[in-house]
Amino acid sequence: MDKFEKLTGVAAPLPLINVDTDMLIPKQFLKTIKRTGLGVNLFDEMRYDDDRNEIPDFVLNKPAYRNAEILVSGDNFGCGSSREHAPWALLDFGIRCVIATSFADIFYNNCFKNGILPIALPQEQVDILMKDAEKGENARMTVDLDAQTITTSDGEVFTFDVDPFRRHCLMNGLDDIGLTLEKAAAIESFEATMQTQRPWV
Amino acid sequence: MTAPKTLYDKIWDAHLAHEAEDGTCLLYIDRHLVHEVTSPQAFEGLRMAGRTVHAPDKTIAVPDHNVPTTLDRVNGISNPESRIQVEALDKNAKDFGINYYPVDDVRQGIVHIVGPEQGWTLPGMTVVCGDSHTATHGAFGALAHGIGTSEVEHVLATQTLIQKKSKNMKVEITGKLRPGVTAKDITLAVIGETGTAGGTGYVIEYCGEAIRDLSMEGRMTVCNMAIEGGARAGLIAPDEKTFEYVKGRPHAPKGAQWEAALAWWKTLYTDEGAHFDKVLTIRGEDIAPVVTWGTSPEDVLPISGTVPAPEDFTGGKVEAAKRSLEYMGLTPGMPLTDIKIDTVFIGSCTNGRIEDLRAAAAILKGKKIKDGMRAMVVPGSGLVRAQAEEEGLAQIFIDAGFEWRLAGCSMCLAMNPDQLQPGERCAATSNRNFEGRQGRGGRTHLLSPAMAAAAAITGHLTDVREVM
Ligand code: SF4
Repeated sequence: MDKFEKLTGVAAPLPLINVDTDMLIPKQFLKTIKRTGLGVNLFDEMRYDDDRNEIPDFVLNKPAYRNAEILVSGDNFGCGSSREHAPWALLDFGIRCVIATSFADIFYNNCFKNGILPIALPQEQVDILMKDAEKGENARMTVDLDAQTITTSDGEVFTFDVDPFRRHCLMNGLDDIGLTLEKAAAIESFEATMQTQRPWV
Repeated sequence: MTAPKTLYDKIWDAHLAHEAEDGTCLLYIDRHLVHEVTSPQAFEGLRMAGRTVHAPDKTIAVPDHNVPTTLDRVNGISNPESRIQVEALDKNAKDFGINYYPVDDVRQGIVHIVGPEQGWTLPGMTVVCGDSHTATHGAFGALAHGIGTSEVEHVLATQTLIQKKSKNMKVEITGKLRPGVTAKDITLAVIGETGTAGGTGYVIEYCGEAIRDLSMEGRMTVCNMAIEGGARAGLIAPDEKTFEYVKGRPHAPKGAQWEAALAWWKTLYTDEGAHFDKVLTIRGEDIAPVVTWGTSPEDVLPISGTVPAPEDFTGGKVEAAKRSLEYMGLTPGMPLTDIKIDTVFIGSCTNGRIEDLRAAAAILKGKKIKDGMRAMVVPGSGLVRAQAEEEGLAQIFIDAGFEWRLAGCSMCLAMNPDQLQPGERCAATSNRNFEGRQGRGGRTHLLSPAMAAAAAITGHLTDVREVM
């Protein structure tokens, strides 16, 4: 997993609520057995018409946002399925940070496991960031995970919350499984107790 | 004396394998269910790191999302990508020695139907699967989470999950349901109340007389859609009905172990006075047969209602409603019962169990579907299919004009060839009405199996009470 420390980049505005995982990556692209290559199909049904031509109005098709690294959106972002293909598609497109008023649980979790930083902020602040994102490619936003701040292109600064453990893992690009395997003794002793208390499991 | 605990607290405490100083917990996982879509990258990760599956005997795999449901599937899967995913699962199950129900096994079916059916899901367990509808297993009083593929890999390697405890929410459905109202209507009505984000950060415990009165099948339907309300999991305390359902299943405990298990299961309820962070109470009598009109499961209305206008909403929902109405091709003010239906889909992990098929068949008996209607029943498992054939339900469906399919997810998410065409309108017993969910441009109305059967007969959304 790539580390996430500080990111300065173009933010794409997507002022929709309930952006679901089927919008992020429709199911016909879930048939892959790899994690990469999904970026071209991110938001596929919104991005392409029936003849697979790009729909020019869609934000990520506009010249200003083709290299966006941040996405600003509305309530309940990432709702729907548990498919990790959603963050994989975002990452493969180049998005490393999603800012929204709220996130669906599983998606939120999945982001951290893939080096994407999801940030939940109050509506008023997201409104300001949305306006900033609408300015296009010259307006670059900075997300600093160490300082837990977002700085708009005008220099306005917002702070955000993030779980300390997740922040630590993201900043150091740490693999959860490696960390958990360090606690193998605790898991084994738990299993031994279970074997006597709930042997039917 | 210890403080009173909720059911969630009790299951959580019984599975806490490690707690770090910052509150990060390792939750031990009793059952790990696996399907072909969200697992290949996890097994690939294990291989790359030279890791093994920690507890293969607690890991159960079944292909369901991609499998064709037509009778010719014995000849193999024609879509090359789907075939590769299913073959990858075959190989992974074999290489890592996990329990497996391949496509040609009569026990194959939707993972959330197979787990309970085979007795893998038991009260008080922790159950995970790389699939959001894992919430289904909460009907047994099991703490059941959907997880992403990285977490699938984590559970395979360690049999634990890194978790923070969720908050407790109680959803109580009091009193009795009216005739024609089912578990599906309860669960949709709850989402209509809370919205799709109302449960975010919570584990919901469903309780109350109307929940107690439901069969295990109905309880699974309710818990299945906890995720559509945003919740991490849904739970229902186990009772005699639960024990009755579990007893004698292939992987349920037997003999002395059964007695020991039963003794513990009987302690699994929320103590008097335990704290809930949020409470929602709905009167069972107030719930009507419902349908969805939009592209979010929270877009729920009683069948007697009319299509809303964007101005009926506030905030971000105004734009969302406008978009939904356009996508769904509906005009505000139109009675819901005027909405014409092209296709009826009965199946999925929400409503693909035997009781669901019985409810639909009861409406269809001796009737025909509307001319030109496409209708299909996709049983949730091979065993559900076999039972429905034995009970004569299959014949009722076939005589009415339904296609009688093999088990799988099918048109619930349309990863296999069962898909809607652009603009095609479907009455579906599944759980998601998102844009494109059942096929690009397809329009989905969620409803109960009985309501789906009613729509199949009349050709439009119909109040089931009028055809009962
Ligand atoms: S039936 Fe539908 S919701 Fe259930 S597991 Fe299959 S695809 Fe998911």
